[in-house]
Amino acid sequence: MSKQKNKTSVDNGNIAVFHSKTKVTITYILIIVIGLYIASAFYTEAYPNLIIAGMPVVIDFVIYDFFPPNLKYISTVMKALIETWNMALLSTTLSVIFALPISFLAAANINKNKVFYQIVRFILNIIRTIPELILAVLLVAFMGIGVISGIGALFIFSLGILAKLISETIEAIDPNPLEAIRATGANTIQVIRYAVIPQILPQYTSYALYVLEINVRASVILGFVGAGGIGIILKQQTSLFNYGNVSTIILMTFIAVTIIDFVSSRVRERLL
Amino acid sequence: MIEFKNVSLTYPNGHQGLKNVNLKINDGEFIVVVGLSGAGKSTLIRSINQLVKPTEGELIINGKDTLKCNERQLKEVRRNIGMIFQSYNLVKRMSVLRNVLTGSLGRTGTFKSLFGLFSNEDKELAMGSLARVGIDDKAYRRADQLSGGQQQRVSIARALTQKPNVILADEPVASLDPPTSHTVMKDLKKINKEDGITTIINLHFIDMAMEYADRIIGMREGEVVFDGPVSEVSEKTFEEIYGRPIKEDDIIGAE
Repeated sequence: MSKQKNKTSVDNGNIAVFHSKTKVTITYILIIVIGLYIASAFYTEAYPNLIIAGMPVVIDFVIYDFFPPNLKYISTVMKALIETWNMALLSTTLSVIFALPISFLAAANINKNKVFYQIVRFILNIIRTIPELILAVLLVAFMGIGVISGIGALFIFSLGILAKLISETIEAIDPNPLEAIRATGANTIQVIRYAVIPQILPQYTSYALYVLEINVRASVILGFVGAGGIGIILKQQTSLFNYGNVSTIILMTFIAVTIIDFVSSRVRERLL
Repeated sequence: MIEFKNVSLTYPNGHQGLKNVNLKINDGEFIVVVGLSGAGKSTLIRSINQLVKPTEGELIINGKDTLKCNERQLKEVRRNIGMIFQSYNLVKRMSVLRNVLTGSLGRTGTFKSLFGLFSNEDKELAMGSLARVGIDDKAYRRADQLSGGQQQRVSIARALTQKPNVILADEPVASLDPPTSHTVMKDLKKINKEDGITTIINLHFIDMAMEYADRIIGMREGEVVFDGPVSEVSEKTFEEIYGRPIKEDDIIGAE
């Protein structure tokens, strides 16, 4: 055995876990990231002392303005919450149906036409870059204030997410059964139905529920731009300084979203 | 009858899978193709149902050059050829019976098959096929709950449900233990005898090839280097096909 020491990996008898080059790179990255934090705090004037100084105001606000919640307002909130839920449910259902065929076109192992595949991917990427709030603003401008605009915005938004998630699931399936079914003389649609769908079904259902959770939360905000749901009364009551009502809205929304998330994630756990 | 006329196959990466293959396979024969891994056995078998497409020559099945077939005609060809794979290639999350029923997709309309509406005859045939390989009691189990040997028998039942003239088997026993391997080979041999289905099987175990084959085709580096009845085959023949002395790994052993 030669006693030749490797200078980069042994330093004062301690064996380094990282290569010295890696260490330098990591240090640079850390400096840059910390620099970005300092810059953003500086430009937004988000100094830590503001939070401490502002604490009493926040506590006063919660104690004097938010409590007690206005219980007489519950029935109004309930109606709006149901509207929000319906928006989320309808838009999710529609997007789950339409996302499936699009996902096959956006999966390289099913859509063998490279140009067509890239076009579908490109369109999906563009759709995904548009935030749901912007979609809602656009649709309100086209179709007017109301629930339909909200449903449309959520539909387009979740279509982008679902098609992305499902097409990636399709690309990761076991290709062997596909080959076997194709070898029986089945056509492409039959191959998809019997070799692909059974393999993606658990993930497909799970993603559908996940998007439902996202849409419930997103539809709360959409009301702020007039696209229906609980956001409409939240915005209205906030600008009227009816904090008792605002408190009722926030509490009930919190409870509703928590319940939906809990049920949905439990179901998803059992699926996979 | 299946006839290879000067068939060659070059893969997109430049590798030559088949080199000028000439073969005549008669109806009802039980053929075992032997050779080392990479010798082109798999390519030979897969080019019959065009899971890989030869780049040169003619591949004539029942009088028709299948290399000139369009997409629709190719499906016709495949419908009559059952295939069995090394890793069974079942749809794991589907029941055994539904897996077997996929054998009838070729003659089931697209719309009907979308909703799983298989004809009664096909369902009976599927159950019958499962009974022939002795696992009809497992019909409603999920495919991945079965042992390897049972899964391979499901895939044989799937092939039978196609009502094929030809069965191709690509290393059907390579993932199985010796006793199970013999069961599967016996099933295939029995089906070949009873139904007169032409059977072409890839194997790399010498003793197994000798025990079950009527005719042996030897391949090396994409070429057919031996073709003859099993009676003409000796250990020396295998050494010539493999291009090296026989090793212990080449023998699976008795049941």
